[in-house]
Amino acid sequence: MNWHRFASPSNFKRLSARIFPWAAGGAALCLGCGLYQALLVSPPDYQQGQSVRIMYIHVPAAWMAMFVYANLALAGAATLVWRHPLAEVAGRAMAPIGAAFTFLCLATGSLWGKPMWGTWWEWDARLTSVLILFFVYLAYMALNNAFDDATRGARASAVLALVGAVNLPIIKFSVDWWNTLHQPASVMRLDGPAIHPSMLWPLLAMGVGYTLLFVVLALVRIQAELIERRLGALVQARLSAEPAA
Amino acid sequence: MNAAFALIARDVRLAWRHPNEIATILAFFVIAASLFPFGIGPEPQILARVAIGIVWVTALLACLMSLDRLFQAEVEDGSLDLLVTAPAPLELLALAKVVAQWITTALPLIVISPIVATMLHLPADGYATLLLTLVLGTPGLSLFGGIGAALSVNARRGGALLALIVLPLTVPILIFAVAAVDAAIAGLSPRPHLFLLAGLSVFALTIAPFAMAASLRQAAE
Amino acid sequence: MSDYFAMGGYAVYVWTSYALTAVVLIGLGISSWRRLRGLEADLAAFEREDAP
Repeated sequence: MNWHRFASPSNFKRLSARIFPWAAGGAALCLGCGLYQALLVSPPDYQQGQSVRIMYIHVPAAWMAMFVYANLALAGAATLVWRHPLAEVAGRAMAPIGAAFTFLCLATGSLWGKPMWGTWWEWDARLTSVLILFFVYLAYMALNNAFDDATRGARASAVLALVGAVNLPIIKFSVDWWNTLHQPASVMRLDGPAIHPSMLWPLLAMGVGYTLLFVVLALVRIQAELIERRLGALVQARLSAEPAA
Repeated sequence: MNAAFALIARDVRLAWRHPNEIATILAFFVIAASLFPFGIGPEPQILARVAIGIVWVTALLACLMSLDRLFQAEVEDGSLDLLVTAPAPLELLALAKVVAQWITTALPLIVISPIVATMLHLPADGYATLLLTLVLGTPGLSLFGGIGAALSVNARRGGALLALIVLPLTVPILIFAVAAVDAAIAGLSPRPHLFLLAGLSVFALTIAPFAMAASLRQAAE
Repeated sequence: MSDYFAMGGYAVYVWTSYALTAVVLIGLGISSWRRLRGLEADLAAFEREDAP
């Protein structure tokens, strides 16, 4: 299968037009059901009370933070191995979405932590790992934007995505270890009690909804990046043609 | 292999001839570390508790400052293309650059670190382990820093970008280095932490040459 | 009803979380969409100029 043909804006637009309505509809349906269940149907937790409702937007955001990073690493590998232009723009298009989900995970975690822990920020192992993941997203985006040549930015950030992918498990391990060394044992953890089906279903619905929302956002942003590249190429062509005319 | 050693020897000789650069880095290390007592107060007990963290974090930042220019000279005089097209593998040459940087920057930092530690009242039991953690951990810092330096060649805002790329990757090194010294001060064996620290540097050694070579090839294109 | 919105005393935290999530995700969606529309218009204008 020749994937290069999807890299032209018009072909990708056609592919995207086929997926887009399904992804958008599915996202709306899942998020609608998920929010209805999360806010109205699901019971309050016996320990955390109503504050447990933050879980339904916090935990899926954490899943997305990791899921989008995995996609970023895959796009990075495709960029370096096949030098594929679609992979290049995909990395650039997806990184801000991943950073947004990571930020939301941190912010909602902090808002959940205040009533549960009594503090806005606890150096809890999970939150700390997500914070570092957020830093890696920021580095990725800064590196991607740091060059005049878009291809160089894409390839450099692809290397960083892969280096990050092999390092993140090690960082996670070391932070967990560091945390058990320093953490007083009494802190209540954000993962809460063993999960009951009445909480699991809305959580899963929100997770699927977030994933589909990611697909929708990625499709729109990839199209925009492809058009921007094409525009850049057209401007270049015109500029190089002008002196001759 | 000979090319790599020649490159190391050349870089070390160059650094020897321009002692200002390393003097600046060492001055930064001492000055930055001596700011902390002004920030947190001069009480020896408090300083002793945080001394190891300050020494390690400022050493890390000082290391980072010298990495900024790791490949810049090659880029500016055009010899980067020579490195990339040289018959010796680029992975090896990039590694040689990092080794030279470690000898010229990390080694002097390690040598003066006991002085800084003394100013911060590091407990006496911590010194030997502090030196060991620096010897085992700084190669990892230099290697991750080398990746960052290779990635940010020709980039806008290179220095800040380098810090943004490298600092998150150095978290594990910092954690295990400080834990080793804390364990030694508490009278426990620092060995498990030292092994993990050495493991991190070895891990960096396995990925950094390839990541650096890939980024340098892109930069030379 | 107001009992529900009080969220057992956690109203500030719960509703801020949901509002923040909505603002960030909807904002990202709208900005991405508007950027795509703008670029499409730019491209169309460019191609119209080039065509004749």
